[in-house]
Amino acid sequence: MERTDAAGVRLGMWLFLYTEIMLFGGLFVLYSVYRHRYQAAFAAGGLELELPLGALNTCVLLASSFAVAAAVESVRRGLKKAALAFLGSAALLGAVFLLVKYGEWSRKFALGLYPGGARLSAEPGGFKAFFGLYYALTGLHALHVSIGCLALGVCWALVWKGAVHGGRLNVLENSGLYWHLVDIVWIFLFPLFYLVA
Amino acid sequence: MNEKEESPGQSYGGLLAVLGALLALTAVSVAAARLYTGPLRAGVALGIAGLKSALVLVFFMRLREAGPAVAGGFLATVLTLAVFMALTFSDVLYR
Repeated sequence: MERTDAAGVRLGMWLFLYTEIMLFGGLFVLYSVYRHRYQAAFAAGGLELELPLGALNTCVLLASSFAVAAAVESVRRGLKKAALAFLGSAALLGAVFLLVKYGEWSRKFALGLYPGGARLSAEPGGFKAFFGLYYALTGLHALHVSIGCLALGVCWALVWKGAVHGGRLNVLENSGLYWHLVDIVWIFLFPLFYLVA
Repeated sequence: MNEKEESPGQSYGGLLAVLGALLALTAVSVAAARLYTGPLRAGVALGIAGLKSALVLVFFMRLREAGPAVAGGFLATVLTLAVFMALTFSDVLYR
């Protein structure tokens, strides 16, 4: 019978998550410095973003995090159908998040508010810095959401095949940890760009 | 590793309550940003974000049950980030 080191596997995942925290943390430091330097331009930039869509995406990611936690719990209890339903919902909510984000970016692009775009090029440096950080941070985050959706999809298939079950759920637990961290990153991105810029 | 560190599961109701708290805190942060425009505006929004993150870490990621190595590593990461932030701003503010 195959033996796995559950605690070791979990610690390995957390070590990876620490590097992710430093990656986004470094960008948060950059944001703070530029916000301090260009307070008025950041306030003007924040007004260009659509708060209802940002709030909607926050609720979507929070609900998906709940669904992943519930999926882990379902697998632990041996409730395969419930686990599949929760995992499917979580991945679907991740896709909804990306769709909303795509819509937001498209509207900004249509207004010329992108690096090199007609309107952004005519704006002052602080405004450009705001949108540069907005695209860099939300883009990097969206990449993480995409990877997370794929990981949840793989977990769905593994649960369906019976390869992930109550006695062996490291892959699902670690994918869940990754998904929750992606959620936490958005928990900070939302106020930084939509509420207090 | 041994099996004894596998902690008991959580109830669906408990997880749902955490989701409710997270959604409520999101509503509070939006309302606070709309109604309060004072100097502590960013602090209030980031404080609420910190509280929401703590809920996710404790109840969804089960940081407390993950053992001292994981919790210690997380604390060290956050402290390192705080030191980076402090050193950067000591440079930005007093250059």
